[in-house]
Amino acid sequence: MPQTPQTPETPEAPETPETETPDSRGAVAEAFRQEWGRVVAALIGMTGNWDLAEECAQDAFAQALKSWPRDGVPRRPGAWLTTVARNRALDRLRRGAAEAAKLREAAVLTPIDEPDDDDESGIRDDRLRLMFTCCHPALPLEARVALTLRTLAGLTTAEIARAFLVPEPTMAKRLVRAKHKIRDAGIPYRVPPAHLLSERTAGVLAVLYLLFNEGYAASSGADLVRQGLCTEAIRLARALAQLMPDEPEALGLLALMLLHYARRATRVDDDGDLITLEDQDRRRWVRPEIEEGAAVLEAAVRRGQPGPYQLQAAIAACHATAAQAAGTDWAQIARLYGELARVAPSPVVELNRAVAVAMSDGPAAGLKLVAAIEASGELSGYYLVPATRADLLRRLGRWAEAAASYGAARDLAATDAERRYLDRRLTEASSHS
Amino acid sequence: MKYMLLICRDESVALEADESADMASSTQAWVTEMDGRGVRLLGNRLRRVADATTVHVRGGETLVADGPFAETKEQIAGFDLIECADLDEAIEVAAKHPVARYGTIEVRPFWEE
Repeated sequence: MPQTPQTPETPEAPETPETETPDSRGAVAEAFRQEWGRVVAALIGMTGNWDLAEECAQDAFAQALKSWPRDGVPRRPGAWLTTVARNRALDRLRRGAAEAAKLREAAVLTPIDEPDDDDESGIRDDRLRLMFTCCHPALPLEARVALTLRTLAGLTTAEIARAFLVPEPTMAKRLVRAKHKIRDAGIPYRVPPAHLLSERTAGVLAVLYLLFNEGYAASSGADLVRQGLCTEAIRLARALAQLMPDEPEALGLLALMLLHYARRATRVDDDGDLITLEDQDRRRWVRPEIEEGAAVLEAAVRRGQPGPYQLQAAIAACHATAAQAAGTDWAQIARLYGELARVAPSPVVELNRAVAVAMSDGPAAGLKLVAAIEASGELSGYYLVPATRADLLRRLGRWAEAAASYGAARDLAATDAERRYLDRRLTEASSHS
Repeated sequence: MKYMLLICRDESVALEADESADMASSTQAWVTEMDGRGVRLLGNRLRRVADATTVHVRGGETLVADGPFAETKEQIAGFDLIECADLDEAIEVAAKHPVARYGTIEVRPFWEE
């Protein structure tokens, strides 16, 4: 650029934008992770056309890859991307390239007249609407999960297919069918009204937690895409918590995910076998994540509206903050499970409560609760019931009974890892009796 | 948007006399509410599947058979054509139908271009 010596009082401003970095490609990748969902959500809000929204968002990111290295990274990448995507949509609609979106053309050409929805960047954040639509109960659960990953997290169809171990065409069909249903059945694109809000929010939280668990269950050797589901789920939970600041359960879910995720390196051994909490190497737990999880949980609990995710996060926090397994506050955990059983009753929660009670009040107290679960018959066929009973009997030194229960559990176990663990216990108990 | 509500129930299960009377009056209340809201455009009960006739034409020949097309656990006992803002409103309308409490309401959007 030519110098301007005529105005020496003006300080020499650098002609290149301040934000330019050699790593503008990295900036695009980062913007993709952070902004994809917002751009797509805004475009769906403008055009009502999901395919057009995705295509124009893709075009905008492709444009960023070209122009950011040249012009520098814009100060508000999200606003830049949304504007480019929006112009792209306008072009396409004008050219009549997207027939299906024509009906909504008028809506695109008129400026959006809901300024109170704008954030400081001037771009309306439609992600919350998108979350509720993706997680609508009229869609099959697997489609809710896939659609959330595609439209909000920006995973490709191939990546989602790999994460859920289905062929790519199957996943593509699932996504297409879901988008068609949204359009043809009139699933609304909005945050539900007050009378539906709490049940629909629970539905969104459930999808995000499922996403997280899919990733968390993947063992260390498994496909990295699957483990990536955990970070996507955390990112989405973080966004949801920001978008719904009055919903403590959104914070609760985020806390729960962070507290579990902090222990990821110690969950399984080199053979892929599960390591129990007691035997995990606590030095390898990620402290900053535990601290953040605990802080998020605290912010949620301050609202004074307990719910299942906050309670599960509180239980996870008891474990994660104990310096040694022996220092775990089992009385508090037993109390939290009791509370959880009250707000979200389930026989599995009861079984966990039995374990916590056994740890705090002794195996005999736990056995009583296990007997009640067995009498109810609700978990018949579930190997963890006899396995828990066996464990408590073992700790009471009632070896013969313990061996019988380990045998029963072994017959019901579903995986080789579970059977290997139970076989070891069975051998030990048999040698004593 | 227009939706067809297919009111399905197991017609082999007979209602008690008082249940039947309650069903009639709650259905009437539902019709009155939905007509009043301008949601319900048309609707009626249907005769039992014993009175159904199945028709198909194959090779130019009209084949007529007694009974429904497919044997299902629940049968279509009635229908209502409704006009709603979106699926959420249609779900709300369907959930209020008295048969939803023991049968099933299938909500089918109209084919609209």
